[in-house]
Amino acid sequence: MALSTDESGRLADLLTSRVERVTQRWTEVVAGQLRGRLSQAELLRQVQELHRVLVDTLSKGAVDLTAEEATELRAVLVELSRGQARQGFSATETATGVFALKDALLSVMEDDQSAGTLRDYVVFSALVDQMGLFTFESYVRTRESLIADQAEQLLELSTPVVKLWEGVVAVPLVGTLDSARAQVVMERLLQTLVDTGSPYAIIDITGVPAVDTQVAQHILKTVVAARLMGADCIISGIRPQIAQTIVALGIEFGDIATKASLADALRHVLRLTGVEAGRRQPRREA
Amino acid sequence: MERVPILKIGDILLVSIQVDMSDQTAVALQEDLAERIVATGCHGVIIDITALDIVDSFVGRMLSSIASISRVLDAETVVVGMRPAVAITLVELGLSLNGIRTALNVERGMELIAANRYHDDLDEFLDGPDAEPTASP
Amino acid sequence: MTSGVGLGRPQTQAVGSDEDVVRVRQLVRTVAVAAKLSLVDQTKVVTAASELARNTLVYGGGGSVEVAAVDNGRRPGITIVFADSGPGIADLELALTDGYTTGGGLGLGLSGARRLVDEFDIQTAPGQGTRITITKWSR
Repeated sequence: MALSTDESGRLADLLTSRVERVTQRWTEVVAGQLRGRLSQAELLRQVQELHRVLVDTLSKGAVDLTAEEATELRAVLVELSRGQARQGFSATETATGVFALKDALLSVMEDDQSAGTLRDYVVFSALVDQMGLFTFESYVRTRESLIADQAEQLLELSTPVVKLWEGVVAVPLVGTLDSARAQVVMERLLQTLVDTGSPYAIIDITGVPAVDTQVAQHILKTVVAARLMGADCIISGIRPQIAQTIVALGIEFGDIATKASLADALRHVLRLTGVEAGRRQPRREA
Repeated sequence: MERVPILKIGDILLVSIQVDMSDQTAVALQEDLAERIVATGCHGVIIDITALDIVDSFVGRMLSSIASISRVLDAETVVVGMRPAVAITLVELGLSLNGIRTALNVERGMELIAANRYHDDLDEFLDGPDAEPTASP
Repeated sequence: MTSGVGLGRPQTQAVGSDEDVVRVRQLVRTVAVAAKLSLVDQTKVVTAASELARNTLVYGGGGSVEVAAVDNGRRPGITIVFADSGPGIADLELALTDGYTTGGGLGLGLSGARRLVDEFDIQTAPGQGTRITITKWSR
């Protein structure tokens, strides 16, 4: 339900002439809800800003929230809900910050019958509803992006590539490997090979609870890509039950070196590099 | 058409591909290299693809041909500097670059060629010139 | 098929020579960067475009490539259309098999390119030319 220009003008007048009463009641309702988690001064500042922008928007003749005149109002609402979402307020608490305006309007109109009719109150409150829903949506969007950011950070944390020895890097894989994570691990490992100039990489899967065909596929692709770049991979930490699964699934590790423990793998690499100095090194063919 | 320059450093020919090659340029490089191997008598070829942001099946096939041709001419080819993103893409594309030896960078590539020449010479000396070089483990 | 909404005007590159294939690669790279694709995804889509543009040239006798940035509402991406009015493909299933080739290549062009992108659509018939549409979304 959109306001008429006449109605929006009247609402602006109402809000301006009873500014004290409106902001006071508005602040009271919100403060009751938040129970002191936001300082009085901060709360007052928020309410006053919202009040100012709302009056501004209405005097420009905006008839609803999607109107072009309401751009600044929308921006302030987005900013408000973004701040609340980041500070850990709930969706209800955030939306109440806007819906409390209805209480304020009602009390003003009840005190003074000349301030407006019932019809005015209904159309005004429809606008407040719009604002509340918009706030709620912005809140959800902010939370979603927060969650996405955290998931990404978790991904970064969970895939360290460490330099184990001169020319040897290792990736200790911990936890379930899904497609997205496997891809990150793969890219990180290959980039580290380039950055450190290491011709050997050990992929340790001690911390991987289960290996299925997809996980094996990802590991195999990493090994093949590393070979294309001129580096060799050794897979270590294969537990007995994983070895059984690998065989049962018919996964072929081909000529890829596999070792029981990280220590065995490192010993294997050191032997290879030791051989490199004296005797002919193994031919690396991509 | 652009031509990729071929540098001679000691016993090695170094090709550093710096341009986004058209197919013609790739074919020309293959021909030029064969000629230079014969003309210089070099025993090693290093192809540096650090600057290449993609390797498609055509360039992949060219690299394989160069490796095979130089092997016939008694020179060893090492492809160095493949970027991670390129390697991942090649695996997905299904291109395995069979028979091509690779190294992380030019330095490692030179070590690889030097080590193999040294051992080949040693084998020839120990086993006599007719002996086949034994396959490594 | 792509359900995305077009962003900006698609850019067209005629394919009539070797150098045009290089130009297609450069154009695809520019748009892929603008669509915020990761480095690996850029590399994949440029490689796929290189394979398909070469097919347009070699098998289709030349044609055109249209590159556009798209957005499906959730993420940006890039859509590329390769069109030629060549002889078309008689047995599509066979042409999409790894290692099958009629041109002396490795037979990885079509099948490999399909693995490198998120969406792959091909319309062809003998004598009707070939039209391939590929899309890669940013992750």
